[in-house]
Amino acid sequence: MSRRRALDTAAAVRAGELSAIEVLEEHLGAIEAAEGDVHAFNLVLADAARARAEEIDRQVAAGSDPGPLAGVPVALKDNLCTRGVATTCSSRILEGWVPPYDATVVERLRRAGAVVVGKTNLDEFAMGSSTENSAFGPTRNPLDLSLVPGGSSGGSAAAVAAGFATLGLGSDTGGSIRQPAALCGVVGAKPTYGLVSRYGLVAFASSLDQIGPFAVDVPDAAALLEVIAGHDPRDSTSLNAPAPSMLDGLSMGVDGLRVGVVSEMLEGVEPAAAAAVQDAAEALARVGARPDKASVPAAIYGLSAYYLIAPAEASSNLARYDGVRYGLRVDAPDVTAMFARTRAAGFGAEVKRRIMLGTYALSAGYYDAYYGRAQRVRTLIIRDFEEAYRSFDVLLAPTTPGPAFPLGAKVDDPLAMYMNDICTIPSNLAGHPAISVPWQAPGASLPVGVQVLAPALGEPVMFRVAAAIEALAPPRPEQGAGR
Amino acid sequence: MAGDHPGRPISRPDVVHVAHLARLELSDEEIDLFTGQLAAVLEHAADIAALDTDGVPPTSHPLPVRNVLREDVVVAGLQRDEVLAQAPAPEDNRFRVPRILGESP
Repeated sequence: MSRRRALDTAAAVRAGELSAIEVLEEHLGAIEAAEGDVHAFNLVLADAARARAEEIDRQVAAGSDPGPLAGVPVALKDNLCTRGVATTCSSRILEGWVPPYDATVVERLRRAGAVVVGKTNLDEFAMGSSTENSAFGPTRNPLDLSLVPGGSSGGSAAAVAAGFATLGLGSDTGGSIRQPAALCGVVGAKPTYGLVSRYGLVAFASSLDQIGPFAVDVPDAAALLEVIAGHDPRDSTSLNAPAPSMLDGLSMGVDGLRVGVVSEMLEGVEPAAAAAVQDAAEALARVGARPDKASVPAAIYGLSAYYLIAPAEASSNLARYDGVRYGLRVDAPDVTAMFARTRAAGFGAEVKRRIMLGTYALSAGYYDAYYGRAQRVRTLIIRDFEEAYRSFDVLLAPTTPGPAFPLGAKVDDPLAMYMNDICTIPSNLAGHPAISVPWQAPGASLPVGVQVLAPALGEPVMFRVAAAIEALAPPRPEQGAGR
Repeated sequence: MAGDHPGRPISRPDVVHVAHLARLELSDEEIDLFTGQLAAVLEHAADIAALDTDGVPPTSHPLPVRNVLREDVVVAGLQRDEVLAQAPAPEDNRFRVPRILGESP
């Protein structure tokens, strides 16, 4: 089957030319054929999805409009709360927990006519870059099953890459949407901080977390973001301003746009990752953009700052898993021992490592030297971005240091795993949007990602440039689900 | 630990202390493993110690956030029974926990 696009599917379903149930059955067939190999999902919601698709078809038949994503199958990262449907964060500590409410993004998807096909696997509590840190086993890369899909939103990236869903939602704290998108050869975007409500997203690092889209192409990613963006009074960090239109600029081209290639992010990455960015910049120049070298000097300190700030916030956020109100409890004679045993049994190694790191960085005698200093470095990074955006409309960088790597290659070396995020973290620290677009050089066996970075609320120009890069990218071999 | 400074690598007793602060009952093997791994991450993080950040204000949040207040109107909360059904040990509409402090059982 040729891969369906969300915008085409929704248009055809709304016009009564295609049934939502037919679209869904195609995707459920792909899941049936290859999910056993890929393991993208923690839970496939086949029956609920069929009921929902039939409801949408009835709405169309009755003359009402189900919405801009009518009949489009969507996969949800399993850290997004779904009322009445288990939400695990791929952690033993939440196994069996059934949220009593829906995340705002889930409500908005429903209002837009989307069909949720399942909850996808992730690194436990979104901590990781390979989806190997899941209590329920790793997800594999549909492009090559011996490789990781990236992470932490590896299940959603793999689901879209394998044709299990047309669209996916993930969360991105340090690159957890863009990095797996790059490794699986799909599009993934992290929006401006505050653009998408975090209500119902299980918190990891609250000043960095953002929900964002996965899609097969840039217009579909823009369409999904348009549906989920916008102010929500239930998230006190939600931007109280109208969201910009994501789709209007897509066909405007890039004539005259100033595109800065971030020098610091080309150093220390594999040649294929750097070459893709250089090739994309040259291709953009041929269609009228004005690429030049850009510098964000403090970005090289982003990794160090991030691995103090994010664990510090996580150690605070994850204090709530104490065996009292929900999830796992391991009994003990007194309450302190009950907390400590419950958390020891419920959390995996990476989550424990980050809680320990964050607790240490916040502890007496170390706060100023680690957490306080990291917050000052965050300011320096924001200032350097502001300076760069005086000269450029968008910035270009690799998404990751290289293409997908084998399962097991980095899982025992936390620092090597953390290096995956070196080009994605600065956007999270600054709260800026960024998108990864697949780029596979002729003859290369795997894609890498070209990342387009933009200033806060710069999504329209970010999508414009991303759409141009997608159109200019070398043609990729057609991939089948699970090979 | 007060008065210590990050010039000294994290030690095994530090890890034991932090595990207690974080309410994590770690095995001896985990303590050994984390001592080495946390030291490696913190050593990498030492590069920011060399940066001149004097006079640079800290950023705790990417937005200029202030307290956000809503109108004081009654809205539906979560359903009590639905919430309590998720608890490991609900009792009389409350969350039962093991004994706290030195109370008799």
